[in-house]
Amino acid sequence: MDTGSPMLSLEDLKVEFPISIGTVTAVNGVSLDLFQGEVMGLVGESGCGKSTLGLSIPRLLRPPGRIASGRILYRGRDIVRMGKRELLSLRGSKIAMIFQDPLTSLNPLYSIGHHFVETVRAHDGRVSRREALGRAASVLESLGIAAERLDEFPHQMSGGMRQRIMIGLALILSPDLLIADEPTTALDVIVEAQFLDLLDVLRKQYNLTIILITHNLGNVAQLADRITVMYGGTIAEVGPAQSIFDRPLHPYTQGLLASIPNIRLDEPKLKTMAGSPPDLVDPPAGCVFHPRCPQVMDTCRQDRPPLFARNGHKAACWLYR
Amino acid sequence: MAQGLGRPFRAFAAMGRKYGVEWWILMFGAAVIAVIVFMAMFPHTLAPFDPFSQEAGPQLANPGGPHLMGTDNLRRDVWSRIVFGSRTILGVSVLAAVISSLVGIFFGLLSGYAGGLVDRGLSLVMDAVYVFPGLILAIALAAMFGPGVINITFAVAVIYIPTYFRLVRGQTLAIKQELYVEAARAIGAGSPTILMKYIFPNVIATTVVVFTLNVADAIMIEAALTYLGLGLPPSVVDWGMDLAMGKKYLASGQWWLITFPGLMISTLALGFTMLGEGLAEILNPRLLER
Amino acid sequence: MTEELIRVENLTMHFPLQKGLLANLFTKGKRFVRAVDGVSFSLCKGEVLGLVGESGSGKTTTGRMILRLLEPTSGEVFYRGRAVSSYAGRAMDDLREKMQVIFQDPYASLSPRMTVGDAISHPLLIHGLAKGSGARDRTLAMMEAVGLSPAEFLYKKYPHQLSGGQRQRVVIARALVTEPDFVVADEPIAMADVSVRAMILELMIRCREMFDLTYLFITHDLATCKYICDRIAIMYLGKIVEIGPLKEVFANPVHPYTATLLEAIPVPDPRYRRTHPMPKGEIPSPINPPPGCAFHPRCPLAEPSCRLNEQHLVDLGSGHKAACSLKTL
Repeated sequence: MDTGSPMLSLEDLKVEFPISIGTVTAVNGVSLDLFQGEVMGLVGESGCGKSTLGLSIPRLLRPPGRIASGRILYRGRDIVRMGKRELLSLRGSKIAMIFQDPLTSLNPLYSIGHHFVETVRAHDGRVSRREALGRAASVLESLGIAAERLDEFPHQMSGGMRQRIMIGLALILSPDLLIADEPTTALDVIVEAQFLDLLDVLRKQYNLTIILITHNLGNVAQLADRITVMYGGTIAEVGPAQSIFDRPLHPYTQGLLASIPNIRLDEPKLKTMAGSPPDLVDPPAGCVFHPRCPQVMDTCRQDRPPLFARNGHKAACWLYR
Repeated sequence: MAQGLGRPFRAFAAMGRKYGVEWWILMFGAAVIAVIVFMAMFPHTLAPFDPFSQEAGPQLANPGGPHLMGTDNLRRDVWSRIVFGSRTILGVSVLAAVISSLVGIFFGLLSGYAGGLVDRGLSLVMDAVYVFPGLILAIALAAMFGPGVINITFAVAVIYIPTYFRLVRGQTLAIKQELYVEAARAIGAGSPTILMKYIFPNVIATTVVVFTLNVADAIMIEAALTYLGLGLPPSVVDWGMDLAMGKKYLASGQWWLITFPGLMISTLALGFTMLGEGLAEILNPRLLER
Repeated sequence: MTEELIRVENLTMHFPLQKGLLANLFTKGKRFVRAVDGVSFSLCKGEVLGLVGESGSGKTTTGRMILRLLEPTSGEVFYRGRAVSSYAGRAMDDLREKMQVIFQDPYASLSPRMTVGDAISHPLLIHGLAKGSGARDRTLAMMEAVGLSPAEFLYKKYPHQLSGGQRQRVVIARALVTEPDFVVADEPIAMADVSVRAMILELMIRCREMFDLTYLFITHDLATCKYICDRIAIMYLGKIVEIGPLKEVFANPVHPYTATLLEAIPVPDPRYRRTHPMPKGEIPSPINPPPGCAFHPRCPLAEPSCRLNEQHLVDLGSGHKAACSLKTL
């Protein structure tokens, strides 16, 4: 899995949204490496910046959101400074993205087949319609969908099936990297499980690298190789999944793990976490988690901690200096 | 004392920075209206002459000197007539807007909430009124009701009732589906309570903007009606009437008789329009904020 | 067993499908969305029943029918032995003092133009339980009880000025201020942040003890049930397929759907691997439910007889019932 240099590298990325009362710093100096073939779970609650981070990578942020500083290196090329043409050819064919709500991602006036043809031909106008449909059919087959459904329209399909179509559209150009932004949040539990199983199969079949963005740690536990926990626009903890679940370092991760229901365990109570997520216009000084931290120290109130390595992974916490 | 004055100024400027150009538009509109309201409330402080006096000065005197805006053919001081005329126009338009809004909002709420036949029936009536071009309907009503300040007020009021009705009905229909209305039912609130405490407060915000624009429009309609000779006896001072009278003298060079009333009408209407537009922009929820 | 507080008998909700004037003229027989199809259960005072199901299961509709926010197509709800349908008009409004609801979306269930204090005290005013400063005092006390502190300060705030967790507390306070017996909680934590969910759940558990409440806990998340429910009922396409004491159902799920649901829940443990595969397909449309047992097209144990015979809940002892003839023989 981890071989040599990373495929994608985020260097001190800062993303901002100027609004009337100030500037929201949604992503505040995030540095992250992603290696070919791995599944990275990007986990955090709403407002932690994970979706913004995901959208920034293919530069899909909507204005007034903007990348304030930092670099996004894809195979050595900085996406932030890329020209329009190169960026457009990158999207879809190298880096693909799927979103939470498949219903609004698909155009209700066009058939599924049309969506596929359009996607293929946007990247290579020479491909004939028939050939594009042929490719679509084989992608659908690997997703367990019959080729006849290419003639159908989005509203004729169920939520789970639409989400699979989305993956199909994402995969038809054989990208290297798939960014999935909360793909299962709108799905029922059983369909969600089916979907995650499917992702696992596809990842091997298409040799994909996946960033799986979710607020549900349970979703990524089995699928992810590594996990990044985000809080208040920063990385709280990052490392191999096993390591993070077994020995969580950051007090936030510990609190998070203690507060999610685990049906297989026998504890009678869930632990609660005091306080609420930080104000991103005026974040706390020092460590962004310090107002809620049960183990807060003086340094935490003043200086922002870098990532310290311990137990096989890294956490941004002064406890591990 | 300077410090006491400084605070409101700073608050002012802060609002200006925060809201940008809309704030200044709103302030400008408010300032214009404030001046004219002052005119209406304390006419004797501003008008040097009695508006009815036909011995104010020489006939058709040029603007300047003791007669700021000149005199008319009956030797009345134009400026004094402008000052006193502000009461009529403001009174009629604002009162008409108030009546319109009360009736329109009431029926809009009722219609939207009740639904069914009540809704159909009311909508039909309102649509029928709405379809008429405002001025034409006003003329017809004014002619029907006969002259008089009260009658003209009602004529103008009727025109706008459907506007409020439609706005409020649409909002009521939408808000009826909201979860907090269902929650209100769940806590045991009866229909009147739900309408008053849950639906009405959420509807009122948009009606404020409509109200100011309504007044602007009503000003123009009132002036048009009196210009056409409908609605008011000569014993009332009115800008529209003066406009009509002044028309005759334009060709012979006495431009001030028609110009000043015309300018005042436009300015007052503009004032309300700016107030309304500024308010609309500011009250709009900012989409980008959490 | 303590006294029975709520009993639901054969509650059914068939929404007619509107198709437009011409279509209705030419098609014979109306089509219905069979949202809820003959649901029966009872709740004893002080217990928490979890009503679990995925989308389209009818759980939310059932909750609304019990509170009579929706009129059922057929069936009856009994509160303390008396049929709820027998309460008319004002009497029904009065009954709402005792039967309350907590909705899923705290932001949408509070009027944006009412202050927190007004919202919470309103039920007191409606039911004549307090007035003026008496209402205010009771409201402040309630706010403190649910953790909305400092109460005096938050009393004047509007919903948009509060955090998500605080809003849900307001909703809970409003539901409990009239000291009801029975509360329907419809996915109360689904929209809350993960770190806030545990807090809300714990608040609900504490309130249950403080006020001797009975809950109907509607959710799609079986894992949360573990922390608050005494019994659970699993719904699929408008019917209850299994019901029983929580520990019993979790340990020995009888209906294949229950077993599948338990298997599907994400487990935050990287070493865990699912033992059974997920069924194919998705929940069918409630307009055209499959004949016989509604789950048979996806059931790993399905046999030809499942298509023919409608299933009914069979008693397995100690309050555990399941509607699967194959497994209950």
